[in-house]
Amino acid sequence: MNTKEKILIVDDEKIVRESLFHWFEEEGYEVDTAEDGENALKKYEKIKFDLLLVDMKMPGMSGLELLSRIKSIDIDSVVILITAFASVPTAISALKNGAYDYVTKPVDPDELAHLVQKALEQKALKIENKQLKENLDEIIKPDNLIGESYQMKKIYELINTVAPGDTTVMIRGESGTGKELVAKAIHINSKRKYFPIIPVNCGALAETLLESELFGHEKGAFTGAQFKRKGKFEMADGGTIFLDEIGSVPLKMQIELLRVIESKQFNRVGGNEVIKSDFRIIVATNEPLEELVKTGKFREDLYYRLNVFSIVIPPLRERRDDIPLLASFFLKKFSLVMNKPAKKISKEAMDFLVHYDWPGNVRELENAMERAMVIGKVDTIIVDDLPFHVSANNFSNDDNRKSLSAMEKKYIFKILNENNWNISRSASVLEIDRVTLYNKINKYGLRKDSH
Amino acid sequence: MDIYIAPLKFSNVLMLGDVVSELSNRFSSKISLIEIQLNLLKYLSKERGQYFSTEIIADAMDLTGKYNGKIILLTDVDLFVPVLTFIFGEAQLSGKHSIVSACRLHEEFYSGKSDDKILFERLIKEILHELGHNYGLLHCLNWDCVMHTSPGIEEVDIKGNSYCKKCASKVDGYKSLYF
Repeated sequence: MNTKEKILIVDDEKIVRESLFHWFEEEGYEVDTAEDGENALKKYEKIKFDLLLVDMKMPGMSGLELLSRIKSIDIDSVVILITAFASVPTAISALKNGAYDYVTKPVDPDELAHLVQKALEQKALKIENKQLKENLDEIIKPDNLIGESYQMKKIYELINTVAPGDTTVMIRGESGTGKELVAKAIHINSKRKYFPIIPVNCGALAETLLESELFGHEKGAFTGAQFKRKGKFEMADGGTIFLDEIGSVPLKMQIELLRVIESKQFNRVGGNEVIKSDFRIIVATNEPLEELVKTGKFREDLYYRLNVFSIVIPPLRERRDDIPLLASFFLKKFSLVMNKPAKKISKEAMDFLVHYDWPGNVRELENAMERAMVIGKVDTIIVDDLPFHVSANNFSNDDNRKSLSAMEKKYIFKILNENNWNISRSASVLEIDRVTLYNKINKYGLRKDSH
Repeated sequence: MDIYIAPLKFSNVLMLGDVVSELSNRFSSKISLIEIQLNLLKYLSKERGQYFSTEIIADAMDLTGKYNGKIILLTDVDLFVPVLTFIFGEAQLSGKHSIVSACRLHEEFYSGKSDDKILFERLIKEILHELGHNYGLLHCLNWDCVMHTSPGIEEVDIKGNSYCKKCASKVDGYKSLYF
């Protein structure tokens, strides 16, 4: 079954017909053209087009006349008139005769795209193709959101619970835990998934830029603004806005933010037009917002407005079971990116990965795997391929690790540090020879603490 | 299938090299720079101060018959097709030629600040997008896909920088690692 929406372009200028034909064809519409009103009517009698784009001024039958004739055949037909010279009487006449809207040549592509989309949606022709939906679902899973641990399963449950509605979500977690991935997972499991999720890193923007970034600006709003630009809130219309590092938003901007979140209305910088936008809001932070509220650095009303449904992502060190899965995933990813054969991870290296504390969380693990893929010489990742140095600070303090090898490793490390990594002296204290000590250092992946 | 890049009044030579390098990473196809001689003034609409892209492509076709592959024309000039105020690029659907303009991809037109990194990201997206049309792709609903429609600069920035799995499967020589 053909589910493409059908558009008929009626214009006496071949060049205009061709331009619009290609433009709509690329949009995925079924497009046909007619050079005058008579031909358009003949085509319309055979095929009921979903939308007609009609030039006002054509030899023979005018655009307005064609509009009347089409409306007499089907009162629900959607016709957009195109005119080279816009005037108030023309506009009134077009709309009185039942035109959906009219545009002036040349038309802004953004305006045309939205106008056509809106017109078709209003006629309830934007029927979601089931197959398309299924394909899309398959495509847009956030592929880095990985984990089978109990903690991650709880996160998935929370995502499934909160995703369908429009509830504001606050995601908390240390840097590198994947807050943006969780936001994306919420978005793609919501009814808003066909619209974009717009991420904004509030911490990366200067106060002066944040306003323009969030609300957009009009042409000429400031030096250098040669074109207008839509802001993030406007872009998120229909979709989701993800405000990362929300704790970094300056106090002055927090007032504006609260107003916009509540009213869903704003002005572009340098503009008077009220822009309305229908967005869902998801925020993330790794700061203790409650402390910021207490010290007056974060508005209490905004805090309560945002902290409706909270998801806390555990640091990687609290879900060590996921480390092998994540490490393998990243290795596979980088083997593809670098066009290198897939590598395995040696037992010692994996042991190290699992027991390392990962202060930089999943992002640090990803970087470690990337580096290992770059410098690894053989088909197995060994401890030497890993980028960090073992130190008392970042090595796990897990008291449960009381195996002989774990104890030996800790002891050797302690002696090495006490002897400033002098191998001969350390070997002497340990009462083993230097070669054995070197072997042990390699086996356990011990490195001199750079700190 | 080989991919040829033909600069037409494209002044940033360093970026041109980066484009070739980036496309070489992404495609198993051979990426080459070619030179074609077209006087762009012929396509200038004095009224609009812009260049008619469809006509540029039409004439470029006559000059590139010997190349067996896709041909991307890369230019700094502002492009238009009648009816629309501007276009970032144009491609022959399931055809051989496309054209991409860097003109409105420059960040300085929007924020007043030049940013070559952003320009490069946008340029790669638009090249992949038009190339996708050459391979018969229509606009994709997936915002993570570079084939998502982008009538404005905001959409160019939001959409993904690679093809989704479904679209990539139709692009000859696109390496699996990028989708």
